Amino acid sequence: MLYRLVTSALFAGFAAGLIAALLQLAFVQPHLLHAEMFESGALTHSVTAGSLTHGPAYEFDAMRDVLSVLFSALIYVGYGLMLVAGMAFASERGHVITARSGIIWGLAGFIAVHFAPAIGLPPELPGSSAADVGARQIWWFSTVGATALALWLIAFGRSMISWGVAAVLLAAPHIIGAPHPEKFHGGVPPELAGLFASNAMGVGMAAWVVLGLLAAHFWNQEEGI
Amino acid sequence: MNTQVKTQARVNTSTAQIVFAALIGLTIMIVAGHLQAATLHDAAHDTRHATGFPCH
Repeated sequence: MLYRLVTSALFAGFAAGLIAALLQLAFVQPHLLHAEMFESGALTHSVTAGSLTHGPAYEFDAMRDVLSVLFSALIYVGYGLMLVAGMAFASERGHVITARSGIIWGLAGFIAVHFAPAIGLPPELPGSSAADVGARQIWWFSTVGATALALWLIAFGRSMISWGVAAVLLAAPHIIGAPHPEKFHGGVPPELAGLFASNAMGVGMAAWVVLGLLAAHFWNQEEGI
Repeated sequence: MNTQVKTQARVNTSTAQIVFAALIGLTIMIVAGHLQAATLHDAAHDTRHATGFPCH
């Protein structure tokens, strides 16, 4: 059982992490590097004169990008273990897991760890102003936990009460509100911050769909072990 | 009776294994994505930003 859990999660997580890293380097990294030039003061944004839409040509930094690939793979292996644990828990209770339903599992995972926390704390560009990191982490983990539990109740709850509880859990973090700084004083163009956040969300969604699909596929393939 | 006990024991073992796997996953995610130790933060910097984790 544990062997089946770990191997499914490792294969699915590594593949999804690799895809996430490649998409990140292609779509998200150029915005991040561009923003860092505003953060360091190499570029300054002027509302009247504007800033060039594209930053300087993308420079491949082997060490930095290899570390991104490595950490992306690690994080998605972590996500994979939690996702496969959820699938195992559901299949122990008679729910059928297929590669096709794995896509729904992946989308639910994306909603729990990317979409729901991004409602209050959008993926931040370097150089953005933000509240204390500890406070943001508490809100992030609480939101992810509450959303994941709510989605579980919607999927597997047997009464209207569980749907009601799910609605409360989904809304509560946003009614309480994410921690924000007293003042916004980021020097990065707001258009760049918007592009960064939406690109990061798109990459997360693609990677989670792959994670769900592959996790369910490997989980079924390893059946009987 | 005996079968019931055996089934119960099997379910308990598998639940423990499921919880164990989920906890390893959570630990990996916290260490790679959320610990603020300087070396870890610098190495994982771009991924943390791109994944939408609270950073800095």
